[in-house]
Amino acid sequence: MDFTLLDTLTQTFGPSGYEEEIRAAIESIIEPMADEVRTDRLGSLIGVRAGTGADGQRKKLLLAAHMDEIGLMVTHIEKNGFVRFTTIGGVRPVNCIGGRARFANGVGGTISVEYREDSSKLPEIAHLYMDVGATGREDCPVTVGSTAVFVGPLIQQGTRLISKTLDDRIGCYVLIEVMRRLQHSKYDVFFAFTTQEEITLSGARTAAYRIDPDLAISVDVTTTGDVPKALPMEVSLGKGPAIKVKDSGMIAHPLIRDLLTQAAEQADVPYQLEILLGGSTDAAAMQLVRSGIPSGCLSVPCRYVHTPAEMVDANDVENAIELLLTLLSAS
Amino acid sequence: MTDLIDRLGKLSDARGISGDETAVRQALRPMLEDHVDELRVDAVGNLIARKAGPPNSQGRILVTAHMDEVGLMVTGHTGDGALRVETVGGIPSKVLPGLTVLVGKNATPGVIGLQAIHRADRKMSGRAPAIDKLAVDIGATSREEAEREAPVGTSIVFATRFANLGHSCKGKAFDDRVGCAALVELLRGEPFPFELYGVFTVQEEVGLRGAQVAAYTVKPDLGIALEGTLADDLPKGDLDVSPITELGKGPAITVMDRSYTTPAYLLSHFIQTAEIETLPHQIKQPGIGGTDAGGIHRTRAGVPAITVAVPCRYIHSPVSVLREDDLRGLVALVDAAVRRLTPDILRR
Repeated sequence: MDFTLLDTLTQTFGPSGYEEEIRAAIESIIEPMADEVRTDRLGSLIGVRAGTGADGQRKKLLLAAHMDEIGLMVTHIEKNGFVRFTTIGGVRPVNCIGGRARFANGVGGTISVEYREDSSKLPEIAHLYMDVGATGREDCPVTVGSTAVFVGPLIQQGTRLISKTLDDRIGCYVLIEVMRRLQHSKYDVFFAFTTQEEITLSGARTAAYRIDPDLAISVDVTTTGDVPKALPMEVSLGKGPAIKVKDSGMIAHPLIRDLLTQAAEQADVPYQLEILLGGSTDAAAMQLVRSGIPSGCLSVPCRYVHTPAEMVDANDVENAIELLLTLLSAS
Repeated sequence: MTDLIDRLGKLSDARGISGDETAVRQALRPMLEDHVDELRVDAVGNLIARKAGPPNSQGRILVTAHMDEVGLMVTGHTGDGALRVETVGGIPSKVLPGLTVLVGKNATPGVIGLQAIHRADRKMSGRAPAIDKLAVDIGATSREEAEREAPVGTSIVFATRFANLGHSCKGKAFDDRVGCAALVELLRGEPFPFELYGVFTVQEEVGLRGAQVAAYTVKPDLGIALEGTLADDLPKGDLDVSPITELGKGPAITVMDRSYTTPAYLLSHFIQTAEIETLPHQIKQPGIGGTDAGGIHRTRAGVPAITVAVPCRYIHSPVSVLREDDLRGLVALVDAAVRRLTPDILRR
């Protein structure tokens, strides 16, 4: 595990629509590994690796991991300097309380909740506020429209990794490692680090339109069913990457599912089949682009998704990389 | 009354719920015909106006305003000749009881029934009735007469007439006929340094549908959606909250709504334009509503897009109020922002 790389990826700022910093960080990493690197109109970063077959004979394979993260946007500054905010992506209010947030300009804040008569009910986002140390509107260091992300450093506990934004910087990590280790492929491989997945899937949709691939695979996190009183789900941490069958936005194309399954067996890595009841990923948008693109998803199992302390298993990550390398290197 | 406000009045009074925008299109045509290089209607009903740029100009801008308004549609008839209805687009049912409406192509007057206060169930008094408890009375005395006069699928709009209120105006459908009026004004002006497509879109209120196909057809480098947006600037007592937008403070620029996020460089371009040209402007409270920019930005290989809007009080209700200077401000801001665009921004 390249801890330094994952630390850079998870800790670099990039809420949906504001991916400049994380894009620059990834661009500098992949620049030496790609035949071509370009940025799309909506900000997705594409690294291209040409395949080995004859020109005109090669298929185009799109691998997509989203580089945007969930976050917060300021909607109002109170006269006492407290900051009210809305969500960017699927942020649950209860996961914000007691947490810290960081703005693009480095300003930090702590998030708290108003006193409520009936504290048995879950708070709504309108009940929360952020304290950035200001005493009034005049000395408040952020403005309406400023964006923030959660604070959650990367730590390792045995094989488990805990950090903010493993969704989906762990997918970015997988793509980068595949790119680094890939010797040759029969495919022209397009490594897409997409934008805006957490809000509209627009980055992947538009990147796929421009690339016009023959097949597309997103690499993202999925939730697990292996925690106390979890919603029943046949995915556990540490039992291998999960090959998506279905989620609430898509049904994986059987061709892609089979390709991934065969690659897992050939690489002799453990894998799980994933049916996710709540949530979706870039593949849902990619499969409907142009006249349709066979699409699927390889998921890294992840606990506590969309909290400041998400958790994945390093072995699942390594196995996802091996699986994809086997798939791409197959003759 | 200036030409701009006169045209706003005509557009506001035109009847066109989502999917039935013909009358609005007809009202727009004569306003545009002598001022654009091409005018056509696409397969879903968008009215597409093209204004050519100088020879060899690089860049194509799409500016949209949606023609459709929220309203009602006939879904059935009762034995005693009343119309059952469903809403088209978002209308809170509490604003409906007791309203006068116009039904169908002949604009037959109708009334949305309301139980007399003398008879009202005390428990229900003061509560909003659900839409399926409401009916439109067009004076028909039998099911057959009602079916003949207003068959299933007939459109119904609010009967509100446009009027001036000093510096303000009141009328129905300012969301988004005020955007249409602003777009007409831009298209009637001097040519731009770029090719500009002004598209009056259909079915925004039911899923940003017209804008998606318009952007697919036009293949623009940049999209700008002109809107009428929520102004909730009436007194709120002691609450320390920001209004979404306020009347009289200029056009509202969107940072993020539920359908898309404005790219930071495009947002700065509009804010800088307003500051350099000393044009009034405000930032719309983030995270609220959805606009055609959401349909445009995800088209083809992606189109950077932004929404700029005239603040309107009471939108998605029978009557809205806006400030004339905010409409003029929207036209001035968008005109200046488009003229100040550089190939650098368009190709980014």
